[in-house]
Amino acid sequence: MNDKPITGEKKVFMTGNEVVAWAALAAGAEVMFGYPITPQNEIMHYWTRLAPKYGRKFLQTEDELSAGFTLIGGVLAGKKAFTATAGPGNVLMQEPMSMAEAMRIPTVAVIQQRGGPSTATVIYSQQEVNLTCFGGNGEGLRVVYSTSSHQELFDYTIKAFNTAWKYRFPTFVLADGYQAKMRESLVIYDPFEKMEMVEPEPFVGKPGTPGVDRKPAHLRNAYSVEEELYEALSKDIADYEKAVPELVEHESFNTEESELLVIAHGVVYRSAAMAVKELAEEGRKVGYFRPITLRPFPQEQLKEAARKAKQILVVESAYGQLYRLVRENLYGADIPLKTMFMPGVGITPEEVREKCVALLDGKEA
Amino acid sequence: MVEILPKMPKSWNPESKPHKFCPGCGHGLVLKALGQAIDELGIQDRVVFGCDIGCSLLSWDFFNVDTVQTHHGRTTPVMVGIKRANPNLVVVAYMGDGGGYAIGSQHLVNAATRNEKITCILVNNTNYAMTGGQMAPTTMPGQKTETTPYGRDVEETGYPMLGPEMVAAITREGAYAARGSVAKFAQLKKYIKKALENQMAGRGFSFVEALSTCPTNWRTNAAQTWQFIEETMTKYFPLGEFKVPEGKED
Repeated sequence: MNDKPITGEKKVFMTGNEVVAWAALAAGAEVMFGYPITPQNEIMHYWTRLAPKYGRKFLQTEDELSAGFTLIGGVLAGKKAFTATAGPGNVLMQEPMSMAEAMRIPTVAVIQQRGGPSTATVIYSQQEVNLTCFGGNGEGLRVVYSTSSHQELFDYTIKAFNTAWKYRFPTFVLADGYQAKMRESLVIYDPFEKMEMVEPEPFVGKPGTPGVDRKPAHLRNAYSVEEELYEALSKDIADYEKAVPELVEHESFNTEESELLVIAHGVVYRSAAMAVKELAEEGRKVGYFRPITLRPFPQEQLKEAARKAKQILVVESAYGQLYRLVRENLYGADIPLKTMFMPGVGITPEEVREKCVALLDGKEA
Repeated sequence: MVEILPKMPKSWNPESKPHKFCPGCGHGLVLKALGQAIDELGIQDRVVFGCDIGCSLLSWDFFNVDTVQTHHGRTTPVMVGIKRANPNLVVVAYMGDGGGYAIGSQHLVNAATRNEKITCILVNNTNYAMTGGQMAPTTMPGQKTETTPYGRDVEETGYPMLGPEMVAAITREGAYAARGSVAKFAQLKKYIKKALENQMAGRGFSFVEALSTCPTNWRTNAAQTWQFIEETMTKYFPLGEFKVPEGKED
């Protein structure tokens, strides 16, 4: 049995779901727990074909609750493990993810956003930002990477395992149905040759008899009194805040020269970037800012990028989910915020360009 | 010769004793049976104990074994994940009747169907005790609870759920399903031990329902409590083994 799914580097042309399966294999994920939902199904399809060749495992569960909780079990036993879901499945996934958050369990989940609310469409949206960043009855102590290309899907799926196991917060790769289903070229590689990979370790079932050779692991998420919870949560919040500067990632362009700053994430960022670069080449004073981590949000970086802006345009395939993050993180800045919301619908570079031109020309308030 | 067992099983965590259950609660006896079974099988270093929400969560530090307290109804899938990731461990999913038969029933049904190599112990005390005594899937016909103040009306809410019978019906050869009672300790312990051995042998899904007492919510004195578990409950919930792997019959 071959241990290494990829050696060196390899140029490939594949769908995003296939990319995720290869990335998880390359990162050393040992087991996937999943439940069918479109548009993430092919992650399972590729995984179930590839996994046995490399001694990896798969379990198809009875629902996303079970996928999330069996995932937690696999991680507690010390395995790099992951799941993938979307839409209503992501809703159910929030229950196990809130337990992972409470108990600092390094789960990895790939979310291929589909239309919402409810069943909506199986196609595409950016409407799972709120849910993925802040779902569950908690404080959003998670890491959420918003990818925009197949190369990023590969890179950040690998990174998600390292982040999760290093910081012990549930980690999400937030993509969408377009990224899931379309084909792109990218370079896949063996990350063990390129970077330091964080090794997993068991939470339960370590060697020795508990109470004799070592302390038993008594892992819980329920507390008897308010102060007990507050103490535990304060420690987690402090750990999270401490990690923020190391976790946040963003990309920006032309922000020193721009009167109009366009903000977008994920696949919409690509349309925005194309439109902005075109306009900048034509001499228009426009730039962009793209958060890669939606949670934690690159607040200082956004404030810095927006310093010269006279107006900001937020573009997203949702009705203000990114906008609310932007507004919160720009608090105190006196810059008019303009919006282009197209919930559940793709956005083309032409549409972004048209909107930018109208704003730059003062033709649209 | 009568063997004298220690008052407290070796696998118990003495630091969390006396335990946190109400006076007269049956959980302590079920966990004593489990503790003795762990001791006798010599598996304290291999057991991972998972407890649900409800009164069962009070057992989160009960044993000197690795323990995970999970969410309501979700102990079964967490234990499935642990067992699949490390088959050398012996996992126990410990839950109440609400966790196993209502909110987590899909996990019980599917874990049984997949013949997961885990042991489930489900405590049946005919009500949701931790939340103040509401109707459970196991509440007896006519039984008064906080949400059936005039008694459980079977026309409205159905009959009590028969768990081991269901598990026996949906599993294949290799599975184990039994119902014991804290009122028959030796038998209950035997069933729990067999359920652990069945998992250790890799034969299949192993399920034990334990009839248990809840004088706090039943509002019964000692004599009434004993009468309810021994006479009333066993009319609907017969004790015994419902599925036993070949060659493991008594």
